[in-house]
Amino acid sequence: MSNRFKLITDGLVKNNPTFVLILGMCPTLATTTSAINGLSMGLATLFVLVLSNMAISAIAPVVPDKVHIPAYIVVIATFVTLVQFLMQAYTPAMYETLGLFIPLIVVNCIILGRAEAFASKHGVLDSACDGLGVGLGFTCSLTVLGAVREMLGSGSIFGWNFLGGHDGMLAFVMAPGAFICLGYLMVLFNKFLKKS
Amino acid sequence: MAVKSNLKNMVLCLTAVCLVCSALLAGAYSLTKSPIEAAAKAKTEKSLSAVLPAFQTVEESVMDGTRYYTAKNGNETVGYAIESGTIGFGGPLTLMVGIASDGTVYNTSVLSHNETPGLGAKCTSDKKFMDQWQGLDPAQKILSVKKDGGDIDAITASTITSRAYARAVAGALDVYKKIMEGESHE
Repeated sequence: MSNRFKLITDGLVKNNPTFVLILGMCPTLATTTSAINGLSMGLATLFVLVLSNMAISAIAPVVPDKVHIPAYIVVIATFVTLVQFLMQAYTPAMYETLGLFIPLIVVNCIILGRAEAFASKHGVLDSACDGLGVGLGFTCSLTVLGAVREMLGSGSIFGWNFLGGHDGMLAFVMAPGAFICLGYLMVLFNKFLKKS
Repeated sequence: MAVKSNLKNMVLCLTAVCLVCSALLAGAYSLTKSPIEAAAKAKTEKSLSAVLPAFQTVEESVMDGTRYYTAKNGNETVGYAIESGTIGFGGPLTLMVGIASDGTVYNTSVLSHNETPGLGAKCTSDKKFMDQWQGLDPAQKILSVKKDGGDIDAITASTITSRAYARAVAGALDVYKKIMEGESHE
């Protein structure tokens, strides 16, 4: 039990996909223009990650070595498409904002990375915990990055404007600001959290 | 790995995985099909009621590849809503432009865009920019931004988006003219 709990916290801190493993940078940089976008991208990835980890750990023993990558990719793509259908049906506004980045979850290194490094060698429950931990780590990082960029760039937080309609520093909403914020957050994260 | 990588195992495994996955997807597709259609329909209706005066019935038609809607109160046409697309700063920008029966713009609404958040994306939230289209008479105003010698106030630091928006509205007005010509011939 405590072992599973550790799997979850490891994903959040020690194996944090964004700040420590530095995986999945494309959605990280592109979708974190606001806190809510970061949060929803993180949650979509979390959902896919947990399900694909479970499915892959279940089928891993019967998948021949030479075809394991195609088999895993098909499984991952299936879950991503499921998420896409669900978002399109029930959260159309969110689907439009994230648009292209939802199908791109298929090629997110975090998911295939966890499938290869963890799920294919562990049991279903352990893999679910690992997926949950890494997914939560990804979600938290994206939300924090999105919140920082939104505060600096648009002067608002989760859509609530605290600058009274004035503009923020627009560079932070754009790509250069994403790199700058990510860099500083990485420094802070590694200084204060990674050691423990 | 427990299973040997011979041809038979590989084919069997991939076939099984693909079969199960496609079955799952087919199921999910049929379950979400009607909510997705309902969501798209709700969106169109919302933008139609935003850009047109109050109407009772609406009719969808297509002319030269442009989709437009004719809104009617009984037999009287109260306006047209025209879907007009152009290229903005970040990609395609699609507007729904409502034109009242006197030929003035009633209102506009953004159907989809890829503009930069905090800059061009303000074309969906900047009140001053959005309000200037209401009641705009194309005979009185020049449909380009002030920087280009027109009458449209651009969004600060988003001239390219503003230009695209003006172009899309102008495009819709051209379509409206064609619709009118078509009707007078009938």
